[in-house]
Amino acid sequence: MGIEGIGARVARKEDKRFITGAGRYTDDFVVPGMKFAAFVRSPHAHARIRGIDADAARQMPGVIDVLTGPEMKADGIGNIICGWMIHSKDGSPMKMGAWSPLATETVRYVGDAVAIVVAETKAQARDAAEAVEVDYEELEAVILPEKAMDPGAPQVHPEAENNLTFDWEVGDEAAVKAAFEKATHRVKLDILNNRLIPNAIEPRSAIGHYNKAEDHYTCYTTSQNPHVARLVMSAFYNVAPENKLRVIAPDVGGGFGSKIYIYPEEITCLWASKKTGVPVKWTADRSESFLTDAHARDHVTTAEIALDADHRITALRADTIANLGAYMSLFSSATPTYLYATLLSGQYEIPAIYCNVKAVYTHTCPVDAYRGAGRPEATFVVERLVETAARELGISPAELRRKNFIKSFPYQTPVIMNYDSGDFDALIDAATKAIDYDGFARRKEEAKSRGKLRGIGMSCYIEACGIAPSAAVGSLGAGVGLWESAEVRVNAVGTVEVLTGAHSHGQGHETTFAQLVCDRFGLPMDNVSIVHGDTDKVQMGMGTYGSRSGPVGMSAIVKALDKVEAKAKKIAAHILEADEGDIVIENGECKVAGTDKTVPWFQLALAAYTAHNLPGGMEPGLKEGAFYDPTNFTFPSGCYICEVEIDPETGKTEIVQFVAADDFGRVINPMIVEGQVHGGLAQGIGQALLEGAAYDRNTGQLVTGSYMDYTMPRADDLPSFQVPMTETICPGNPLGIKGCGEAGAIGSPPAVMNAITDAIGNNDLTMPATPQKVWAALNAATRH
Amino acid sequence: MSDVSMVVNGRKVSGSVEDRTLLVHYLRENLGLTGTHVGCDTSQCGACVVHMDGKAIKSCSILAAQASGSEITTIEGLAPGAELHPMQAAFKEHHGLQCGFCTPGMIMTAVDMVRRHPEGLDEKTVRNDLEGNICRCTGYHNIVQAILAASKAMAGKNETQAA
Repeated sequence: MGIEGIGARVARKEDKRFITGAGRYTDDFVVPGMKFAAFVRSPHAHARIRGIDADAARQMPGVIDVLTGPEMKADGIGNIICGWMIHSKDGSPMKMGAWSPLATETVRYVGDAVAIVVAETKAQARDAAEAVEVDYEELEAVILPEKAMDPGAPQVHPEAENNLTFDWEVGDEAAVKAAFEKATHRVKLDILNNRLIPNAIEPRSAIGHYNKAEDHYTCYTTSQNPHVARLVMSAFYNVAPENKLRVIAPDVGGGFGSKIYIYPEEITCLWASKKTGVPVKWTADRSESFLTDAHARDHVTTAEIALDADHRITALRADTIANLGAYMSLFSSATPTYLYATLLSGQYEIPAIYCNVKAVYTHTCPVDAYRGAGRPEATFVVERLVETAARELGISPAELRRKNFIKSFPYQTPVIMNYDSGDFDALIDAATKAIDYDGFARRKEEAKSRGKLRGIGMSCYIEACGIAPSAAVGSLGAGVGLWESAEVRVNAVGTVEVLTGAHSHGQGHETTFAQLVCDRFGLPMDNVSIVHGDTDKVQMGMGTYGSRSGPVGMSAIVKALDKVEAKAKKIAAHILEADEGDIVIENGECKVAGTDKTVPWFQLALAAYTAHNLPGGMEPGLKEGAFYDPTNFTFPSGCYICEVEIDPETGKTEIVQFVAADDFGRVINPMIVEGQVHGGLAQGIGQALLEGAAYDRNTGQLVTGSYMDYTMPRADDLPSFQVPMTETICPGNPLGIKGCGEAGAIGSPPAVMNAITDAIGNNDLTMPATPQKVWAALNAATRH
Repeated sequence: MSDVSMVVNGRKVSGSVEDRTLLVHYLRENLGLTGTHVGCDTSQCGACVVHMDGKAIKSCSILAAQASGSEITTIEGLAPGAELHPMQAAFKEHHGLQCGFCTPGMIMTAVDMVRRHPEGLDEKTVRNDLEGNICRCTGYHNIVQAILAASKAMAGKNETQAA
């Protein structure tokens, strides 16, 4: 592999600028003549707008203009749409309500944007925003998803009767029913998957810049997928034609899904720039992030498994209500359907599965994909059920899992997915060994002597990454193809630029992608640059989410490298007067195998551009592009084990050991992969112990609207992690990669909850398992 | 308006700012030192930590006017030459950063932490003393490793200097 090639623990190229304060995030950019925006937002969960009086605000110091929804509509700016069509089980298309970037007649959640103020300074814009008088007629709101379909519930959109956007199903309901009738054991749980707020530490930001002389727009934005932003803003929102719109996503401070979507603010800044004639910058404060960044999870589920007398799982069924919030965000329909229910087989051979999902509108912030997106919800359902079943049957949770593991691949589940590879026994072996699973009873006794309750919980997850074959997702309703593009440019001096449609916002692409080039040609890392995040530089791409940059993005680079290598070998063979089949490229040289005839890489590159002596008919230059369309999802899997100690006096949980054993296929840079797991674990443990978005159920006010109220995991909430890895190569892509970005957040919540409920002897506990809830559950259990 | 003058990264600066201007906005917008970040509005996240007269402070919680007359060091001034500060080097070596947004505040906090603990650091102390800094990417695992390693490197350096 070499010291910088595939598999090497290479320190990150991008770190230099971040550790010296030289990173360039959207809010760091200054465009000449730039002015500042503030949004007027709804203080009500549901209200009719009777009128907007901005006269006083317009007279305030520094104010350039105040613009509203009706003006935007009159200019032909389109509504924000969901990009994935789901059909209900009766065949009808989902019922999507209108979402105008600035509300025109009705506001539907606290934070809904109503007007934009543009002023000389940020402070002046905010002062003036407070002076905009909006005359609201307050209306009743529906906040809880389980109440959304009640008769007489307030209606969020006229298009969606009973607030139901779709009633979708997957699997064989009759087969499941039959299996349950024959079952020896049944285990049923009511499961809440708590609502989360993503909280990338960089708040969202946008600069809209309309250049009148060139009739051209530039948008700097905190995006995980600038090309998708350009496509959607031009094709659907009529902000600007695609050839007249450049979208730049520079350094982006974390995304976790929340920066996939095209939000009202960047659309409005671009439009406002043209209206006012000045570049317009907006940067969210954290309060706005809490109110308006797409929220996550929020499922209410009843789920059940059936087992036979031999403890084999024979069926699983789940009924889920998914809260979509007030509007359907870009991927909101795919998350609780194709990214959720299709993973309900977990790591197990379950002959019959059925899932029904009802997706509902409520007067809350839109909900969409967040690290894991549907797969954490699926894993939580499966792994809570399996652990509970083991307890009820009185057998080891590890043994019940082993008994039901899928052992041979490919494996077709009853819910669409075709698993291509895995070795679940190897994972459970690695995890149980690392945590000393067999020694738990001894540790529990020792903890007891200190007055602590010790518990252990397991979670074996499988998830689907590398989204996804374009034709397949197209047939399931996706509005776009989910390939990735790459271009490899060898410069005349032999340095290399790789242009990618993937976007790095913490994942370290500038390093791992460069490792592919170093590995292929034996070039030093310093000679390779990765270019991304600018639609003027990279022609097209689908961006980074769903752990797709490895399996899809890097596969596109490999395809382009194949083409460059093939051409380079032809040129080398010509120069060295050898057969091209005898040429090998390594250590920065092209050699004739088995001889001392070589041409250095930089000379070969120069020869390609001088074109003085190329093979007959060959075009000059050394630059190749490729599009890679995946052949299947990829299927990372893992076994996570959490060990907790609970103080029975306070209900406080301490995680004393956490082992995450993962199979990500081939690993390009173990240091970066481990870092991805650590981060995912923190988010998953955060969901299980600390985080929960809470709305007042009557007024729809966000109660957890700041870091004073929404508990983010901090360093002293978490342990150091053990992250062993096993490897089965993914057969579906050239590198054998499965993807690692989300696993930690997917596998960890059920491991934590299984551990806590084991410790306290009461399975009736919801996330986040705060000290108060754990204490109450413990005392409820003790009373019985 | 308030007149402010201070020494930032060894350079004397002065100007006139709106009274309500926070130090972080003065650094970012007036001086162009965009390495110091704003991640929240309740003084919780620590992305804005700088050193004022040698101690870590949250620059979002102090007015520029209050900082007048003081000496400020930001992430840009931590290692004035081409060489990295040992804390910066440790964050790179131990992969203590991903998106990089919380990183300047983390590093400035960590340098101050080492200063406040001449007896040395252990994992528990590091985790406890990081309570004012939020990272959403790393799960803190490698940040803790980086700070422990830098603490040792810095102690070694101090001993060398003392000798």
